[in-house]
Amino acid sequence: MAKHAGRASRRAVLGGIAGTLGLAAVRPLRAAPSGQPVRVGSTLALTGPLAQTSLIHKAVGEIYVSLLNKKDGLLGRPVEWILLDDQSKPDVARSLYEKLITVDKVDLVIGPYATGNILAAMGVAQRYQKMLIQHTFGLPHLAKYEMQFPASPIGPEPNKSAPIPIFDLLAATKTPPKTVAVVASKFPSTHFISQGARAEAEKRKIKEVLYLEYEFGTRDWGAIAARIKDAKPDFVYFGALGVESVQALDAMKKLDYTPPRHYHLFTAPGPLMLAAEGNNALAYTYFEEHPPFTARPGAAEMIPLYRDKAKQLGIPYPYFDFQAAASATAWQMLEASIKGTKSLDDKNMAAWLKANEVDALIGKLRFDGPNNHGPDQSKVRQVIDKKWVVVWPTEYAPPGVKAILP
Amino acid sequence: MPSLNLLGQALVSGVLIGGLYGLLGLGLTLSWGLLHLINIAYFGLAFLSAYLTYHLGTVYHLEPWFSGLIIVPVFFALGVGLHWALARFRVSGLVSLLVTFGFIVVIEAVIQLAWTADFRKLELPYEVPSLRLGRLYVPTLELIAWVLASVFAVFAWAALRWTYFGKAVRAAAEDPAIAASFGINHRANALLIAGICAASAALAGIFIALTTTLAPSQMFAWFGVVFAVVIIGGLGNPLGALIAGVLIGVAESMTMAITAPAWAPLVAFSLLIALMIWQPRWL
Repeated sequence: MAKHAGRASRRAVLGGIAGTLGLAAVRPLRAAPSGQPVRVGSTLALTGPLAQTSLIHKAVGEIYVSLLNKKDGLLGRPVEWILLDDQSKPDVARSLYEKLITVDKVDLVIGPYATGNILAAMGVAQRYQKMLIQHTFGLPHLAKYEMQFPASPIGPEPNKSAPIPIFDLLAATKTPPKTVAVVASKFPSTHFISQGARAEAEKRKIKEVLYLEYEFGTRDWGAIAARIKDAKPDFVYFGALGVESVQALDAMKKLDYTPPRHYHLFTAPGPLMLAAEGNNALAYTYFEEHPPFTARPGAAEMIPLYRDKAKQLGIPYPYFDFQAAASATAWQMLEASIKGTKSLDDKNMAAWLKANEVDALIGKLRFDGPNNHGPDQSKVRQVIDKKWVVVWPTEYAPPGVKAILP
Repeated sequence: MPSLNLLGQALVSGVLIGGLYGLLGLGLTLSWGLLHLINIAYFGLAFLSAYLTYHLGTVYHLEPWFSGLIIVPVFFALGVGLHWALARFRVSGLVSLLVTFGFIVVIEAVIQLAWTADFRKLELPYEVPSLRLGRLYVPTLELIAWVLASVFAVFAWAALRWTYFGKAVRAAAEDPAIAASFGINHRANALLIAGICAASAALAGIFIALTTTLAPSQMFAWFGVVFAVVIIGGLGNPLGALIAGVLIGVAESMTMAITAPAWAPLVAFSLLIALMIWQPRWL
């Protein structure tokens, strides 16, 4: 056998050369990643009440890792993402991050979803001095760990900054609201920002005619709907998560009432967009699937892949919105810090992020502010013709599109 | 001070959600009281039914009422099969709580696999306007659910009280061996009861699909309140479950209308604790 293997015919050699040249002609020359994989560990709420949004983060992460591996990986090594299910529970997230670091011995960690789970993971990362890039932590004042970095541009004080765009938009209309109803979930991040919305309304002399707090997981919205209808506000600010505010709107519709203007903080985009009563609904965002956002680094590559993946997974709203953008940005930050330092050393990478700007899908991000936050880039989106588009600040709206406000 | 209109609307809302609590609690109360099985798999079956209704409605454009004609009998058979399996392996008492919790976890995983964790909403192709009762609005779908829950509960209660079948089931619940010596086929009766329980869960699921937005983990959100409904209503008492459901629904709704809605989840268990301390004869 050895004798035969060493006796290559001239035809075979020429054929091999021709084949290699042919392959080189159709594929750009690029070194495939090789060696020991770089292992990135994280958890996501793959089951439980936060699973809807985690599905987006999972899809984006898988696309990003596959794109990295199609290029030259990280530092020329392939990337392996070890993803565990934290069941939407902070205590489970804490244990799993402990396991990822001490048992699985991952090289790097990346954040879970959402605020409670991120805070739990942050404590573990701090104990083992691992850098933690997280997607969507809603309580920046609690992120005291110096090696945590936020991918979402909500600023260091979202309770003060995040409500400003919606109130600015309303103030710019011919009939600014005189009264407001604030309906807030007791989920930590939404509750925190809703308190800021109340303060912002007061500052602008908008009378608060109703303030309601409800528990995460409320089933019956009939009485809440009746109270909102009874208060007759000019504007309703839903400090809500997921489909809560969609259910509240549905309950109000059954009372033959829809508030004239309504804003939804961290709403599930699909159900609100598809519901008849969701037409012209306003909501929080910092990325939508239209220019100028789609011109940003990585968007042209990520968006079509995400759409395909979302359809393949059966996600009813297959558009790349701000949750997906935050997720992709977290991976971009990780990649940038590794490329910037040419190492996997957590301290070096963290120092690099502190000192440098990352031009990411979400925009240009800086981490030199309080608790590693840069400036707030919150925007307002609206359902127009069954599609979410940014309407404020106006320079981020698609050409010719203006907010529709009665 | 809330207006009379607001209180009236909250009352309507509470009564109607109470019907759904009663319908969801029906399977658990009959199973627990008459078969001595704490079968919480009915929560999972209700949500599986809701997702099937959603699927048949959105993919095959089947009216929920027609979907019900398929789903309810299928779930009846499923309930019979489930009970046969539990009886075959002699699962009872607290063990049944653990085993059927396992079923729920499996059902949740199946739902997530088939329909993903994302939210699903069954949008009917036509408007279902609420009925007007003076200045009050009565949501039609919730009213139909309440009427069906009441019919189901009254029918089950009357059947248990006045028919030979009902007396046989109650006798077997007291002492299966003695009942069997009187010629009662308690195993066949138990299968029938289990089928009825699963059918009622399927019916509840159809209305959950019609009135809420679905997510797999939401089935766990109903646990606490429905357990309270079953205990307050009295084990094995379908009418009691409906009355307790309405009581808790109204109490929650009134709490939301008068104070902060965040207090509402405390109501069911506060009522339960108060009744446990009071220990009325019917409890």
